[in-house]
Amino acid sequence: MLVEKLLNSYSGKVKEVEIGSGGLKVGGETCLPFYLWEGEMPNKILFGLEILDQEPVDWADSLARLYQDVWKEPVEWAKKCFEMGAEFLHIRLTGTHPDSKKHDPTQAADLVEEISKAVSLPLIVYVSGNKETDAQVLQKVADRIKDSRLLLGPADEENYKLVVAPVSLTNHNVIAFSPVDINIAKQVNILIAQMGMPLERIVMDPTTGALGYGLEYTFSIMERLRLAALIQNDEMTQFPIICTVGQETWKTKEAKVSPDEEPTWGDEEKRGISWEVVTAITLMLAGANLISLRHPESLRLLKEARSEFISLGEGG
Amino acid sequence: MALTGLEIFKLLPKKNCGECGIPTCLAFAMKLAAGQAEIDACPYVTDEVKAELSEAAAPPVRTVTIGQGEKAVKIGGEVVMYRHEKTFFNPTLIALYLSDDMPAEEVDRKIEEVKLASFQRVGQTLEANLLALEAKSGSLESYNSLISKASKINLPLILMAPVEILEKVIPDQKGRKPLIYAADLENYEKMVSLAKENNLPLVAKGKSLDEVSELTEKIKASGFKDLVIEVEAQGLAANFKNLVLIRRAAIEKKIRSLGYPALTFAFDPQGNEWKELINAAVQIVKYGGIVILSSLAPWKALPLFVLRQNIYTDPQRPLQVEEKFYRIGQADKNSPVLITTNFSLTYFIVSSEIEASKVPTWLGVVNTEGLSVLTAWSAGKFNQDTIAQFLKKQAMTDLVSHKKVVIPGYVAQLKGALEDELPGYEVIVGPREASEIPSFLKNWS
Ligand code: SF4
Repeated sequence: MLVEKLLNSYSGKVKEVEIGSGGLKVGGETCLPFYLWEGEMPNKILFGLEILDQEPVDWADSLARLYQDVWKEPVEWAKKCFEMGAEFLHIRLTGTHPDSKKHDPTQAADLVEEISKAVSLPLIVYVSGNKETDAQVLQKVADRIKDSRLLLGPADEENYKLVVAPVSLTNHNVIAFSPVDINIAKQVNILIAQMGMPLERIVMDPTTGALGYGLEYTFSIMERLRLAALIQNDEMTQFPIICTVGQETWKTKEAKVSPDEEPTWGDEEKRGISWEVVTAITLMLAGANLISLRHPESLRLLKEARSEFISLGEGG
Repeated sequence: MALTGLEIFKLLPKKNCGECGIPTCLAFAMKLAAGQAEIDACPYVTDEVKAELSEAAAPPVRTVTIGQGEKAVKIGGEVVMYRHEKTFFNPTLIALYLSDDMPAEEVDRKIEEVKLASFQRVGQTLEANLLALEAKSGSLESYNSLISKASKINLPLILMAPVEILEKVIPDQKGRKPLIYAADLENYEKMVSLAKENNLPLVAKGKSLDEVSELTEKIKASGFKDLVIEVEAQGLAANFKNLVLIRRAAIEKKIRSLGYPALTFAFDPQGNEWKELINAAVQIVKYGGIVILSSLAPWKALPLFVLRQNIYTDPQRPLQVEEKFYRIGQADKNSPVLITTNFSLTYFIVSSEIEASKVPTWLGVVNTEGLSVLTAWSAGKFNQDTIAQFLKKQAMTDLVSHKKVVIPGYVAQLKGALEDELPGYEVIVGPREASEIPSFLKNWS
């Protein structure tokens, strides 16, 4: 059969990173995304939902309808996401930013602890991106949570020392962040590794560009990272990848404006979901291992798509 | 794939007579390989060798043209597996499916949807490319009436019908150069002669890669090559696998019998439109040539068209937006004026942040040949001269009654020079990151 002549083999493998408390892992693939006729993806791609530590200000109406009854109470919000089928929670501690001053580092750690007690899901925690507060917040959170492996970050080219130091002393994992640049992506991984962070505790965030807003850049950078990891066996690219799809897609005009403003664009909520789903599926095909979303319908649709892809590994 | 100089040399007469204008056959072969000479310059090569060379020079995926006139479209012609290696050339063609047994209202509604599904983005019109019309009723009359309905919009057609019906409709339609559907191992002789006589592209379909490959070999042996191929499959996974393997066969494995653009249906067997959206997205990202959809409601069409535009953007040539003032919200004489560059991504991000702020604003977009703020500044394309020229050319004084201009925080160092360039103006340094624009604008007075 022709198919036999068409198989490729790979020399590299993406590392497996453990998150949460139940031994759950991401990564470990030995082929390009879903090329399951010639390699394996031992761990599922996971889909999570995003929550904030304070009431969001600019979320689309379609999302407000779903979450406004809980979004003043992050713990309740977390529970709702769990019920909606989230496979992890992406917690953004925006309230620790000095502009907001809602939570000091201890309060932020309290909140993450409460959430981790209320829902049995892996937690991914992003601090606010402020140089003065981030390291302290991360330190407190990392020290407080003991019985679950968090994914903490972002650590970038500038702040990586402050972020990695507290995380490396615990069991938690770190997010290596780069601004849509493959060279910086590799560089940040190297810098973090040089600080003694175990390689099976690093996940990359190469910056998510939403559909129509830089998706093609993220897509190609991720494809190149995966080709380097699997074909060139370049160890400094062999880390699982996280994409913050919900956060980026629901900012766009296309996911937000009403049909009154754009009469030819059709139903607003469907459009928002399709923007999120199309961005996510594209990045799944480029190598994402963790995808954070905002709309539960997107979550449901993507899980279905994932099962169909997985059938390729079962002789399908 | 192109041959190397040495491979070409082996095929040359080796007379070293110099009549080609180049002293030796080897040197001539090198020039040929580099595309700096034409094989016709050598009077001694045989016709077989010429044919072999032109075959070898053809792109690994054949380019096929469908339609006539301004809406004619090309598909195929791809040379790489991954867009960063060069670029993908001919964007996936999106087709709407209609059949002659659909209720008339449904046909009308879907045709109306296609008309409406036309969007402007970064200077390009995003729209559907083809209508796929299937004869399912068995009646020539109803098929003809579907064709005439579909002809109200000016898009090339895919005519999907048994040979007997195609033979009857093609005489009227061949001027529009439709793609005809489909040859299989049973009917291919008749289909190919129909395609050949009328000079029309043809779909060759089979149940597996092997069957399609066998079929295209047979068709090629009869001297016909304008083919689009289809491996019949349903659903997301099977189509994904086939498309990846077809592209790999053509480009990496040099298997000519699969070196044609591929056609797939994005339909979900249960008619679930969301699944159709996802199938279509996967097919656009992963090598789909022609993707056929069952409807083009805007919530489905817009993201798919934008996805196609993203994936098929040349990575070496960023998209650019037009140089001008963009009015965001109900901007008026008192609204702030922000300046940025015409790299489409910069424009999109800045304009969406301005929109999110709900503060009516004039966004001045300077032509920096598609470079982002910092790159344009270091290339000398975004500085006091180009910004001042832009403001004069685009007559900022007609738009607003104030003389305040906000420049991106990344080029704060331009403030002094720009104020010298524009006496009487106040240059304000804005935020470095687009995400800070809303809070910046909300504090504007
Ligand atoms: S004309 Fe032909 S045979 Fe003579 S040198 Fe050129 S390539 Fe060789």
